[in-house]
Amino acid sequence: MLVHSRKAKWAVWAVFLLLFLPLFALPLLVVLGASFATHWSGVLPSGLTTAHYRSATRGEALQALTTSLVTAVTASLLALATGTWAALAGAALKKRHRRVLDALFVLPVAVPSVVVGLSVLVAFSQPPLLLNGTRWIVIIAHTVLVTAFAHQSVSAAITRLDPAYEQAAASLGARPAYVLWRVRLPLLLPSLTAAAGLCFALSMGELSATMMLYPPDWTPLPVLIYAATDRGALFTGSAVAVVLMAATLLVLFVVSRVRTRASYR
Amino acid sequence: MGIRFDSVTVAYDGNVVLDSLDLTVEPGEVMALLGPSGSGKTTALRAVAGFVRPASGRVFLGDRDVTDLPPYRRGIGMVVQQYALFPHLRVDENVAFGLRARKTPKGEIRGRVAEALEMTGMAAYARRFPRELSGGQQQRVAIARALAIRPDVLLLDEPLSALDAQLRSGMLAELARLHRELPDVSMLYVTHDQVEALTLADRIAVMDAAKLRACGTPRQLYRAPTDEFTASFVGGANLVPVTVGTGGVFFAGTEVKVDTDGVIPGAWATLCVRPHLVGLGEGPNQFIGTVTEIQWRGATHRLYVNVDGHTVMADLRELKNPPGLGDSVSLHFASEDAVLLPAGVSHG
Repeated sequence: MLVHSRKAKWAVWAVFLLLFLPLFALPLLVVLGASFATHWSGVLPSGLTTAHYRSATRGEALQALTTSLVTAVTASLLALATGTWAALAGAALKKRHRRVLDALFVLPVAVPSVVVGLSVLVAFSQPPLLLNGTRWIVIIAHTVLVTAFAHQSVSAAITRLDPAYEQAAASLGARPAYVLWRVRLPLLLPSLTAAAGLCFALSMGELSATMMLYPPDWTPLPVLIYAATDRGALFTGSAVAVVLMAATLLVLFVVSRVRTRASYR
Repeated sequence: MGIRFDSVTVAYDGNVVLDSLDLTVEPGEVMALLGPSGSGKTTALRAVAGFVRPASGRVFLGDRDVTDLPPYRRGIGMVVQQYALFPHLRVDENVAFGLRARKTPKGEIRGRVAEALEMTGMAAYARRFPRELSGGQQQRVAIARALAIRPDVLLLDEPLSALDAQLRSGMLAELARLHRELPDVSMLYVTHDQVEALTLADRIAVMDAAKLRACGTPRQLYRAPTDEFTASFVGGANLVPVTVGTGGVFFAGTEVKVDTDGVIPGAWATLCVRPHLVGLGEGPNQFIGTVTEIQWRGATHRLYVNVDGHTVMADLRELKNPPGLGDSVSLHFASEDAVLLPAGVSHG
């Protein structure tokens, strides 16, 4: 929207801040405030301390952070690989068949994640694939949940890809596999990194399916936050939440740096 | 190596976009496929490249039937309108792409890339990315990339359409020079621009509505077109309906002396005269009309004159005292400048 007069510009900013601050910024600021507090009975938190952070960055919490990072990285890489593969395969299909494939991949997002968690639990609780009680069941559930996003953003990028590049490569004597590695995937790289970032962020915050599946030795950070707040340790939970937020944003920042270097146009 | 279309038909969902094309491009020849958009000319080129599969008919490169070969096994250089340079590769990497894909020995690649860039005058830009080049420079790189694999056949799909007019005439001269330097490379040049076709081609194939209308040297098609479409598309033409007499035709009550061999007296036909061959004032084959439009084009004036309900165009060297709208003027043309065509759409 193009706003010309100075007054109108101020008005638009005011409306934006009015909506943005309470809805998006304030809750996050409150968590940040709470993470430093020992009491919060007035308007502002009191008894400022860094003790929560000390406990949030060692022992059980540190373990959970590593668990979350490993789960998210593994799940998003798996999701990216399968999602991209499916998107590339889908692009070669006829329109009718591609629609079926797209629908199948959206399914895990369409159904509640609790249902996905339960179905993964039931499916992998008996031989031949007995994964219940291992970290893999968590990683698999996360992969199932985030592959939809990887598939969706990569197939959108593939439809935008000008076929002239592939055709130029083919006319120069490049076989389809060579075209894929040297032309299509490099051109898709910006979308691939974006998809990876999205998958990572979603996996870092996943709670509902994880709750049903996690074994005692593989507790991701969101579970820890839930447990802390559940037993009333709100301020400790807040500190852990800030750590989760910071870790996620840090990784996303790094990914976005890679992404800027990968976008040529 | 030549190209041969053997009654090639291409259809998309039942729509015939190329109707049983028979055409042979001789080795080392530049053949222009000239026609308006939707005439099937690009489809013909893509059938040679292997991006469309003919519904029937065969495509030959030399003696080899390539109809069933995938594009990467055809060994064809291709240059397209929007360049299609790989944006993530530098200029020299773009040019080396085809050589790498064909597993050319490493030691040879460097020399071949340098040679191709030298030939197109882009050697100084080897380490640039495509986005850092102008449109004309990008098209030179695209040509260098296609030439680096030393193809026997070069396909050019409207290669100059994205460039502005001034750049286009420069590139046209460059392409003509490249053709002289590579006399063995056959070129199939798709264009809708008759100037490009007349300048560059050894022969022109005129396409319209999925069909080949005419094929011949630029001079043949220009001097002696054989149908109305070709006459008006190549060079522009006055097409007027006439009745055939013996030893001449009748137009607007005047008898025009033209060669009427092979035409039955009394039949309808179309008289074709190029606008720049029509003169103002008294002369042989004279007729009178009313000026309906005058366009000043710098070196020339174009007059639109209504003669007996038909518009006749005349391109005249800039007039000192041009006639006004509605003035009655006499036009004439030499008998040898007129061509008689079979009656067609101009008869309404």
